[in-house]
Amino acid sequence: MGKTFSEKVFSNKAGREVSAGEIVTLEPDCILSHDNTAAILKKLPEIGATKLKYPERTVVVLDHVTPAADSTHAANHKAIRQFVADQGIKSFYDIGRGVCHQVMVEEHYAYPGRLILGSDSHTTTAGAVGAFAAGIGRTETAGVWVTGELWLKCPETLRIKLNGSLRDCAAAKDVALTIIGSIGADGALYRAVEFACDAEKPFSIADRMVLCNMAAEMGAKNGYFPPDGIVADYLGESAARFAHMHSDADAQYAEELSFNLADVEPVIAAPHTVDNVHPARELAGNRIDQALIGTCTNGRIEDLRSAAAVLAGRSVAERVRLLVFPASAKVYRQALEEGLVRTLLDAGAVWMNPGCGPCLGAHEGVLAQGEACISTANRNFRGRMGHPDSEIYLASPATVAASAVAGEIASPEEYF
Amino acid sequence: MGRVFKYGDDVNTDVLFPGKYTYTVSDPKEMAQHALEDLDPEFSTKVKPGDIIVAGSNFGCGSSREQAVLALKYAGVAAVIAKSFARIYFRNCINSGLPALTLPEAARALNDGDEAEVDLASGVVRTNKGNFAFAPFPEEVQAILKAGGLIEYLRNRLSE
Ligand code: SF4
Repeated sequence: MGKTFSEKVFSNKAGREVSAGEIVTLEPDCILSHDNTAAILKKLPEIGATKLKYPERTVVVLDHVTPAADSTHAANHKAIRQFVADQGIKSFYDIGRGVCHQVMVEEHYAYPGRLILGSDSHTTTAGAVGAFAAGIGRTETAGVWVTGELWLKCPETLRIKLNGSLRDCAAAKDVALTIIGSIGADGALYRAVEFACDAEKPFSIADRMVLCNMAAEMGAKNGYFPPDGIVADYLGESAARFAHMHSDADAQYAEELSFNLADVEPVIAAPHTVDNVHPARELAGNRIDQALIGTCTNGRIEDLRSAAAVLAGRSVAERVRLLVFPASAKVYRQALEEGLVRTLLDAGAVWMNPGCGPCLGAHEGVLAQGEACISTANRNFRGRMGHPDSEIYLASPATVAASAVAGEIASPEEYF
Repeated sequence: MGRVFKYGDDVNTDVLFPGKYTYTVSDPKEMAQHALEDLDPEFSTKVKPGDIIVAGSNFGCGSSREQAVLALKYAGVAAVIAKSFARIYFRNCINSGLPALTLPEAARALNDGDEAEVDLASGVVRTNKGNFAFAPFPEEVQAILKAGGLIEYLRNRLSE
């Protein structure tokens, strides 16, 4: 019987045949952590360890509360800088480099067939370039640091076929939200989600990152796009090198679903769950106080272009604040070169530093009681961006931009 | 053998260990008293060491708080058997030394008051309703469970 991608990666790493459902102990190629490195490093004395087994496989990115919002965060960052120096961790990215999941792809840690673990649930993003990437807990991250390995269950696979092509006004984010609205926030529980798009109209790396990122909101262990020519070009490799990592034609899937992209319209996840999905036009007119473009879900150059297409020559409504967080310094620089910084600035946007921004409700634009924000992020749980009585709507960059211009929730349809 | 406490689908981390205690209650005894408080207020007085929780699908959904596992463990629960587990809860169970078994047939067959015990090494749940086999956990995972959790396991391993 054929194997799925997950079974191949697990078999390859285990050095024997592994099937879905089996638990095996594997050595990841990369272990990622961010500001929570400060909490994880405190586990070492509990374990009785002082040294990392593979400092060269350890990636640390400061992105969550950067620059430090207060002295507690500053002390954490300081402890982390000391730690990476002591341990000889070379793959360390200090504040300003970008959101960790973006950095993983830009710096090519994410690579076809690699096993990547991270102490963050959206580690799944690296599946966009064909890695097996999953989030794990803090204690077990310390365990991987010390032993270089971790037990993992080989997941069964949900295959989602994406047929046809998107309308201009709809984006990968709308696809992700449409899927989650349809299968629910636990629709892919414990499973690998393998996305399959039309070879004629392949998704860009940026689009794949959106879908793999949002796979975490389906309950999935990981999200994955089979690495094709687009990934090969991105990495400067030949596509033939990655063909053996695709799931076999006779692989056993737990479930197969398909979505017609032509039917996908601009949608919004309304408060307070990601699967509370409605067409944008049905929510049009709802009040917002803030709009946010950025995060590991939608802070890439493609997202900024899409926002700029709506915002060019227009202004953000007077009573609304539009915050823009490029996902990385690289994205920021490119936005500068393409004139997008100017376009958005002219429209009244506030440009912020690369990083997570207020996505986790710690700094740089948290919400007051009773406020509402439309955001390109991936989670709208109660209180996530600030006060427990604030609201988050999740949408594509175009929908967020259209809403910022309207000063209330709006569909981007009229701009395309 | 332990007694079975049976619950339904989607038992979430808030009923397993209410969020209001997460930053205030950390003493094991006290944590045990709040286990399953909002679903079965009498659970903590009825449960005895070796008892087993049997539940439906998506057990442990919600937050990633490790207390939702520890509260059961401290209350004496020997294992949780469910149709399925929320991903992080399953990992937290193993890493905290509480066996979590995905066994839909057993979850369907067993009811409140039934008797069951889990034999990890041979991969079988023995009950008054018959035996249910599961693929035994690999040695490394069994070793984590036996040590009482990942931290303890690693501490032992490093001091060897
Ligand atoms: S941008 Fe938001 S979701 Fe992404 S890693 Fe940062 S805090 Fe998490």
